[in-house]
Formats: sequence, structure tokens, C-alpha cells
Amino acid sequence: MNEASAGAAAGHAREDGTAAGTEPVLALRHAAKAFGAVQALADGSVELYPGEAHGLVGENGAGKSTLVKILAGVYQPDAGQLIIGGESVTFAGPASARAAGVAVIYQEPTLFPDLSVAENIFMGRQPVRTARRIDRGAMSREAAAIFTQLGVVLDPGRPARGLSVADQQIVEIAKALSLEARVLVMDEPTAALTNVEVDRLFNVMAALRRRGTAVLFISHRLEEVFASCQRVTIMRDGRFVLTAGTDELDIDTMIRAMIGRELGAMFHKTGVTPGEVVLDVEHLERENVFYDMSFAVRRGEIVALAGLVGAGRTEVARAVFGIDRRTSGAVRMLGKPLPAGEPSAAMAAGIAFVPEDRRQQGLVMDMGIDHNVALASLGRLSKAGLIFRSAERRLAMTWAQRLQLKYGRMRDPAWSLSGGNQQKVVLGKWLARQPSLLIIDEPTRGIDVGTKAEVHRILDELAAGGVAVLMISSELPEVLGVADRILVLHEGRLAAEFDRADATADKIMRAATGQAAKEAA
Amino acid sequence: MSSDVAPPEAGTGGGVPPAVPPAAEGSGKVVAAGSAVSRPPLWRLAIRWETGLVVALAAALVFGSLESATFTSRITLFYAGINIGYIAIMALPMTLIVVTGEIDLSVASMLGLSGAVLGDLWHHGWSIWPAVLVALAVGAVGGSLNGLLVTKLGLPSIAVTIGTLTLFRGVAEILLGSQTIPTASDRPFPSWLTNIGVVPVSGTELSYTTVIFIGLAVVCGVALHATPLGRAMFAAGLQSEAARFAGIRVARIKFWLYVFSGVICALAGILLAAQNSSVSYNAGFGLELNVVAIVLLGGVSIFGGRGSILGVVLSVAIIGSLQMALTQMNIDPNVQEIVIGGLLLISVVIPSLSRAARWLGARLSLGRSGHTPWAPD
Amino acid sequence: MTARAQAPGVPRLASVLRAREAGTAALVLVVFALATLRDHSFADVNSVQQLLVGASLVALLGVGETLVIVTRNIDLSVGSVLGLCAFVVGDLFRHQHIPVWSGFVIAIALGAAIGAINGLITTVARVPSLVVTLAMLYIVRGVDAKLVNGHIVLPSQVPSAFAAVGYRTVFGIPWLAIIVAVVVAAVGYSMRTFRPCRELYAIGSNPEAATLAGIASGRRVFMAFLTSGALAGLGGALFLALFAQVDNSAGLGYELNVIAAVVVGGVAIFGGSGTVVGAALGALLLNTIQQALVAVRSSSYWSEAIAGALLLAAIAFDRWLSLRVARGLRSAEGAHRDLATAGRGSAS
Repeated sequence: MNEASAGAAAGHAREDGTAAGTEPVLALRHAAKAFGAVQALADGSVELYPGEAHGLVGENGAGKSTLVKILAGVYQPDAGQLIIGGESVTFAGPASARAAGVAVIYQEPTLFPDLSVAENIFMGRQPVRTARRIDRGAMSREAAAIFTQLGVVLDPGRPARGLSVADQQIVEIAKALSLEARVLVMDEPTAALTNVEVDRLFNVMAALRRRGTAVLFISHRLEEVFASCQRVTIMRDGRFVLTAGTDELDIDTMIRAMIGRELGAMFHKTGVTPGEVVLDVEHLERENVFYDMSFAVRRGEIVALAGLVGAGRTEVARAVFGIDRRTSGAVRMLGKPLPAGEPSAAMAAGIAFVPEDRRQQGLVMDMGIDHNVALASLGRLSKAGLIFRSAERRLAMTWAQRLQLKYGRMRDPAWSLSGGNQQKVVLGKWLARQPSLLIIDEPTRGIDVGTKAEVHRILDELAAGGVAVLMISSELPEVLGVADRILVLHEGRLAAEFDRADATADKIMRAATGQAAKEAA
Repeated sequence: MSSDVAPPEAGTGGGVPPAVPPAAEGSGKVVAAGSAVSRPPLWRLAIRWETGLVVALAAALVFGSLESATFTSRITLFYAGINIGYIAIMALPMTLIVVTGEIDLSVASMLGLSGAVLGDLWHHGWSIWPAVLVALAVGAVGGSLNGLLVTKLGLPSIAVTIGTLTLFRGVAEILLGSQTIPTASDRPFPSWLTNIGVVPVSGTELSYTTVIFIGLAVVCGVALHATPLGRAMFAAGLQSEAARFAGIRVARIKFWLYVFSGVICALAGILLAAQNSSVSYNAGFGLELNVVAIVLLGGVSIFGGRGSILGVVLSVAIIGSLQMALTQMNIDPNVQEIVIGGLLLISVVIPSLSRAARWLGARLSLGRSGHTPWAPD
Repeated sequence: MTARAQAPGVPRLASVLRAREAGTAALVLVVFALATLRDHSFADVNSVQQLLVGASLVALLGVGETLVIVTRNIDLSVGSVLGLCAFVVGDLFRHQHIPVWSGFVIAIALGAAIGAINGLITTVARVPSLVVTLAMLYIVRGVDAKLVNGHIVLPSQVPSAFAAVGYRTVFGIPWLAIIVAVVVAAVGYSMRTFRPCRELYAIGSNPEAATLAGIASGRRVFMAFLTSGALAGLGGALFLALFAQVDNSAGLGYELNVIAAVVVGGVAIFGGSGTVVGAALGALLLNTIQQALVAVRSSSYWSEAIAGALLLAAIAFDRWLSLRVARGLRSAEGAHRDLATAGRGSAS
């Protein structure tokens, strides 16, 4: 059901669903922000009217994240103007952004697990009665009132611990409302939500709009933007591209504006004939997470797992590698079965795993570059049980050169590197083992455009050299450009499989959102 | 997917921006970002700490020889070893455990328990060697209890080891009651055992405990700084999730470290029994905090992932020589406590002060340009 | 379809906390009952008075320790602070003949001062509290022993009005226990009712979120340490009143007893949860067990081992409890019901 038409039907004066004759509640004009030599945002602009839901789309690296942080008061822009309620403002920090009525809801909510939902909403501002004593009854009632306004029912008295991500989001939204937020920025809110929860979120957004709150909805899921927003702003390479009503655009136009070039020309792909089967996954299952996954990856082949975040792709990879346990099914590497739940066994069999989360899983941030590169090869580098930093350094320098790593000194901690270079260190760590299978989860997330191309080239070379590659990616252009075969997951199951030649963005998106199944039904 | 509450990893599309801005690309040098960042490279910090310890040790030795006529005699080294040796031995496995990000507060109670086991068996007529072996085995069992609770059940080690601290001491009390073994009716301990506390190792001026400490320090030092296991320990302490993703079996390492600690503390208990020629249930009462103090003074970070055996050895030397000097000067043992506490406090406050000074300097110099050098966390 | 305010199996936070406290209290009663069965004199007035008094000091220190631990810190100096304050006040009595009431004031002030130093170093210098309070433990212990220097404070030197606090009763309840109970009640009430105290829980539950929410963490943690020190000081004064004798072993080893009691009473070692009342009950439980063992004529030698086992059990239990609550809440997919979507089929 298209919210835009529903809004229009409800009697709003403008076609795009916003109240007529209003000034924008927030306007960002030509904002720019650089970090050192990296221009994260070159020309960011967005205008929000009260009561509208406004989508913000763009690829990774388009500058959305930086723009959001400027709105949140975390960054101060180098150039540009921020206008709230008609007045030009600068935010000294997140507190002043909040005071101005701008609330940002991040993907990972920040709640206090040991405290109740109501107290999470009102921490520091709990309603009081005589002698400054907290009035729990009033707190509970006010929380319940906010929930009613949002159209959800959540017990204010329950502890925040154990709330589903969707419920945590609701609490965050309630928190923002209790602060009289005029603008609510939601950063990839549906990433971890089920369909039911997404519907609920849309209803909440509608309730917010009725209140006059403006919602900035950032998402990779383009069909959701169409379903819930009246207008959308598209960004590319740190710049504002266009703003239009969602009824004026279609998905292909949107994608083209986001990418700015024809997809095919972007990647130069070496033609490789796939060899023997390296990874064989049979009926792999993890209860409540993914079901009946069967696929194979051959030498020289790049297989991509596509789908929406939350479809279970990372979980499949983790189960193959052994970080997570499996409920049933078998995994075979070069014909030999792999025991479950043992990463060291997977490594011994020749699997390498570049995880999604560089900071917590991919690298030991406080450790030097050399130590990080050597971390997966400690046994191989040791002689007579002893290991010396010189050996680690030699290994690191070899790979630094091969991957064209930009660094200061080998002993510098990993956190001092840029995102792209950090990813190269992770790659170096794993490639040093000369794996037969490389599993790589979101290869270019949080990486600048230049290094992105380098990473793709590296993957291409690896495949040409006979390595089997299993890639997980949320970026359609990446999937379409790099992969030989594409497996699309939807809610934990294999929904579709495409060869490079047949695949289109449209087909993948349909399979990823379950529409292909609906159409077939 | 875990729905445990976590701090924000803000970023569209789930992208994780670094806490520090990307370094200047193309220049090959981490210039601008490095100088604006408040954390100095690790190695620089490490060298500073051990250097500071060396200076402190030199100062302590100079102080000792000036203030006490007998300080520089051979006997001093022997008695210093007697006094601090058995405690120092326990500091070595503790160092490894703290490096992996955990702690073991049950060390002194295990020392007491192993002594109690030894004494109880001796009291019941066992011969000495089987009794020693059983005492060591008890150390292994106690250590595995700690290890299991921490790794299998995932309980916080500080709480668990406070629990086992009480439990082990309690079992020691059950075994011995208020007796001191050997009682009047018992055989005295064999002389070769009690000699450990009286004569130095033949050919040297060092006590047995000193020699054992040095040997163990070499083993632990090599293990921590020059083996894959040691690298794994550092990684586990700094970022255990990333370590696991690199195939390191963090839980297994921690478990065996606790067993190791248990056995070594049991050994220390036996050595103490030998030195005192007797055991009682409250032997070593309260010493766990001394061990922690030694380790922290040695530069090992309580958060894990940083530290060196050399630092701990220097720390032992400093405390041992200070205690020796003060004792020879007939200064109150209580003053010694003040000195150790003060030393510990100073050693941790100084880095914080210099950190604060540098941060202040950075803020003042950059505040003028109005440009935030890095993203606030 | 009626909208339900609460899914099945989702407990309210308040009731979970109450249940934990009630559990500890129930255990106290069980132990008490078992001991009385074995030895009827266990339920005598004298015996009960001893139970309360014996637990009082640890419970009092437990109150301050709870505040600190809730913020994800720890205070290892409480035992030595108690000892120092006990001696200083005793010494002032015998040499300066200060009035009785000022004995209390000085003890509290001295304790608060040491607590303030702990708090300052922890918050301003950002040194981990384990290290700071450990160092302080040594320093204070050393200073205390230096001051005592063999000149033990003796009962004859303590004014009788002061010592009266240690043994007087009203309606059979010892003053000491009443004082401690009042403190427990007051602090416990504050922890539930006043905003700054609720912020202590927030700081321990999620330190980053607390800063994001604009909570002045440094100031709050400082106050927690100050209070812990002040209560340890008060404990010192009460120690003097109770025993009327102080040497340099007063308070020795108390800190670990206090932490044990607090953990048994349901305070999470990593902060964010637990109540002051629970901590006091934990102290009462451990003391009751100890006395029960004496009464049952089993050697009191078992009490420490049992305390240790109990502590481990409490930690494991609390962990299991929080996991189960989290799991139970998570898997209850219908943990919420939407007014709008009630009755509407789901999209998949």
C-alpha cells in the first residue's frame, strides 16, 4: 500500500503529502566535510517539511552517513548552512542537536538493558512529584501514552534487556518523541527487521507524520523508500543529485541516479573457467536463522550471496566457517567434511573469512599492522615454537606491497589506518594463508571509492588464480559486476539463483524481497 | 542476531566509520591523523614504562645501599628472595591471565589450600612426596574450577575468583581448623624440605624460590613474547572476538592458564610451607592483592592486551629491594605498605596526567581553527 | 482481538528485582529455621540480636560498595578505611576527649575524604578503580598501622556513651542494627526514587549510552565513591562502639567479605543492577549461615567454604536468570501487539 497515495487521500493539500504553505522544518544547504585529504561530503543538501517522510538514498560512500552525523551534531560542517525552523544554526555537539529537536535513531539502539523501558525513555528527565521524587506511575502512564500515539503496545515496566531490535527502535523513537523531536532521522532502520516489524515501523512513521514530525528515512531498500516516503533525495559521490516525489520516480531511474554510470562498464572481469568444486554445502540449517542451504563454489568462481540485511547471508557464512554452530547439514571442503563449530578446522582446510565488522571481528585495532597481518599465520611463521617480530614484519611487508597498502610504520596500530587500508590488512592476513576458499562479507563497506576498485581487482585476480570466492554483498552494482553466480536469499532461504549473464538488479531485488515467490504463487 | 543492547555503530548501510578520520591517502604517511590522535604508538608507551621501572629500581638499590650498611651483602639477596620469592612466583601466571583480559584473585587462597592439604596429609602419616604431588594436583583441580566457571559458564572472572578465594580458604580451614601442622605430636617436616627456607641453592647465593622464579620468568617471558601462544594471548586481551575470528581458541587458552595458575600457586604454597617449616589455614591471607599490585606496577594493563614479563620482574625487584632496605633500616613494615601503595598509585596516575596534558594541548592548539580533528566518540 | 499490555512470560522489572530480594530473604529465613530446629536457643533474643549485629557492619559497608559497583567500579579500600577511622576516633577520644557525637562526624568526614580521593583519581585521571582503591588500601592500611604503632585503643578509653551504641537495645533491637537499617532504608529508597541515583544505574548499565544521554557520569561516580568512603567511616565509628577496642587489624580483609555479601545479595559485578536492600540481606544471609553452623555445633570452620560455594552459586544463578529473562523475552515474538495490525494477516 503506497503511503503517498494514502496521504493524498487523507486530504493533504500537496501532492507529495506535506501540509501546504509550510516552511521546511530543517534545511541543509551545500554542506561539506573533509577528514584530512578525504572529502567525505562535497555538497550535501536536504530539505524536510513538517509531517513528511523523506527518503535518503545513495550507495555506500555517497556521503549519507556524514550528512546524518552533521544533522546529529556529531560533526560540524566545513561549509554550508544548517537551517532549523527558519534560523541558521550550528550544533556544538549532539546535545544541542537534540535540544533543537533533531533526533537520530541509529541502527544499533543505545538503551540501558538493566532499566525498564519507561526509564530508558525518561532517563534524566523522569517525571517527579513533591520533593523531587520520581513518580513511577506518571512515568509509566506517559510512556504508555507515547506508545499509544505510535500505535504500538509495549509494556513500559519491562526491562529493556531482551527487546528485539525492532522493539528497541520503538523505544528509541519514543525517547525522541518525549524530547519533542521535530525531525526524526532513521539510519537504515529496517536492516534487521522482519516484514511484520517493517510494516509496524511504517505505521509508526505514519503516526509521526500525523503529529507533524518530519522523518528522514535512510535506506538501501529502495522499495521501502517508495512504500513509505513522499519524497526522496538521491546522493552520489558525496554530492546531492536530485530530490523528487516518490510518485515521480521509478526504481530504475533511481538506481541510475545513484550509480551514475552503466553497470557493465564498471568492472573488468577476467573470464575464468571454473574448476573443481571447492566448497560443497548441503542442506545447511541453523534453526530460526536459515534453512536448507545447498550450494557449491568452484575454483576460479566468484559466487555472491545477495539479499536484504537480515536475510541470513552472514549467518550462513559464519556457520560454514565454524564461528556459529549449525543445527543440521554438512559442509565439505575439497571433498572432506568439516566439523561444526571450529574455525581452526575450517582454516586448516583452507577457508579464509573476512568478516563484516572490521573493528570488532576483522582486526585487533590496538595491535600493530604487522601483528594483525600475521595473526592468522602464527603457526606457520614460527620456527621451533618461537616467533619473532621480524618474521611477522616480513610477511606484513610482502602483503602491504602486493596490496598497495598505505601506512606510516608497520608497528602503527590498525586504528590509525583508513577504512580501505584496514580492509587491505584484513585481506593480507587471510591471503597470507593462501586459502582455497575466501569468504568475504561486505568487501567494500565503509571504503572510499578508489580502494573499492582495488578490492574488486584483487578479488578478480584471486579468482583468476584459482581461488574460490564466496562474497556477501548488499550493493547490487558490486554483486552484478563482480560475481559469476548470484544466490539470492530471502528470510533464510535460497530464493533464486542467477548466472552472471542473466542477472539484473531488478530480478535480484524481486527475489530478495520475496516478490518473485509472490508472483509465482 | 543478537539483540543485546550495544553502543551505536552509526553509519548508513551499517558502514562503520573509523573513530579516527581516514589518513591522508596518497602520501604514504599517517601524518595529520597521527598527531591529532591522543593515543601514542604502543611501543613508545611500553619502553617508557620499563625504562621508568629500571630507573626506579636503580633508585631503590642506591637508596638501600646508602641507608643500610648490610644492604649490599650477599645475605640480602638471599633473604629478599625468601621474603618475596613465593609471592613473585604467583605473579607470573597472574600476568598471563591479566594479559588475556581476566584476573585470578584466588591465588593466595590456593597457596593456603595447598599448604593445608600438604599439612593434613602429613598429619595423617603420608610420606612427603605423595603429599606434595596431591597438593599440586589440588592446585590443578582448583584452577580448572576457575577455568570452567569463566570459560564454560562465561561468568565474570573477578566475581568467580572472589568466590573461589573464599571457597579455597574455607576448605583449608575445614582441613586444618586452627591447628598448625606439624603439631606437637607430628613428625617434623623432612629437613631437605625445610632447608629450602634456610640454605641457598648450592653454588649460588640465591634462595630456591629465587631460582624457581627466575626459571619460571624465563619460561613465561619466552611464551608470552616469542611464541604464537603469546601473540594469541595479547590478541585475546585486546579484542577477543577478532582473535576468535582468526582461529584462536580463546576459551581453551584461558582455561589452561587458570589451571597453570592453580598449579603454580600450589607450588608456592608448598614452598612457603617449606620456608616456615609449618602450615596453617590462613597462610598467605590477603596476599592476592600484593600479587595484583606487583603485576600492575610491572606495567600490565588491567584491561588486558598489554604488559611484559620484564616489567613484572623489575617490579618484583623494586618491591623486594625496597622491602629489604626498609626492613634493614628497622622501619615499620607498615610504612612499607604505604610505600608500595604510593608507588602503585603514582605509577598509574603519571601516564594519565601526561595523557591529559597532551589532550589539553591538542585541544588548545586546534580549538582556534574550529576544526574538529577527529570524530568525537 | 484485544490488545494486550503484556505478553505472557514477560516480567516487569520491578517484580524481578523484588523477587531477587525476596529470594535472599527467604534463604535467610530457611537457614534460620533449620538452625532453630537443631538448636532452639538459636531463636532466643540474644542470638537474634547477635545475628543482626554481626551482619551490621558488613551490611553498612555493603551499601556504599553497592553504589560503587552499580556504576561498574569497585572499592577495595573500604576495610582499611573502616580500620583507620575506628582508630582515629578512638585515639581522639582518649587524647582529646572529644564529645561523643563528634566521634561520628569525624569518622564519616575522614572516610568521605578518602572516598573523595578515590573518586577523583578514578574519574579525573581515568585510572581503573580496581587499581586506585587497591593502592589506597595499602596506603591507608600502612598509615593506620603506623598510627596505631602498638598503642591499641582499649575499652577503658572509649566513653561509655559512645560504647553504648554498641550494645544498647530498644525493644530488644540493638541500636547498631537500627542505625544500619535506617541507612539501608534511606539509601535504598533514594536509589529508587531520585534521579541522580537512577543515573548511577544507567552509568553501569551502558556507560556510552549514559554519556550520550547527557548524564554527568564523572560527577555521579565521584559521589558514589564519596558515599562509600563516608559509610566506611561510619562503619569505623560503629566498630569502635561495638568492640570498644581497636588495633591495626580492624577491618582487615573486610573488603572481600563485603563484595561477597553484595554479590550474594544480587548486585551484578559489572554494574547496572542490584539493590542496596539486597546487599544488606546478602550480608545477613552470610552471617546467619556462619552463626547457624556454630549453633548446630558443626565446626564453624565450614562457614567460609559454604560462603564461597554460595557466592559461586549466586553468580551463576544471577547469570542464568538474566540470560533466561533475555531469552524468554526475545523469543516471545508476540512480545508486543499492535493496535493497528491486530487481526491483519502478516505479509509473509
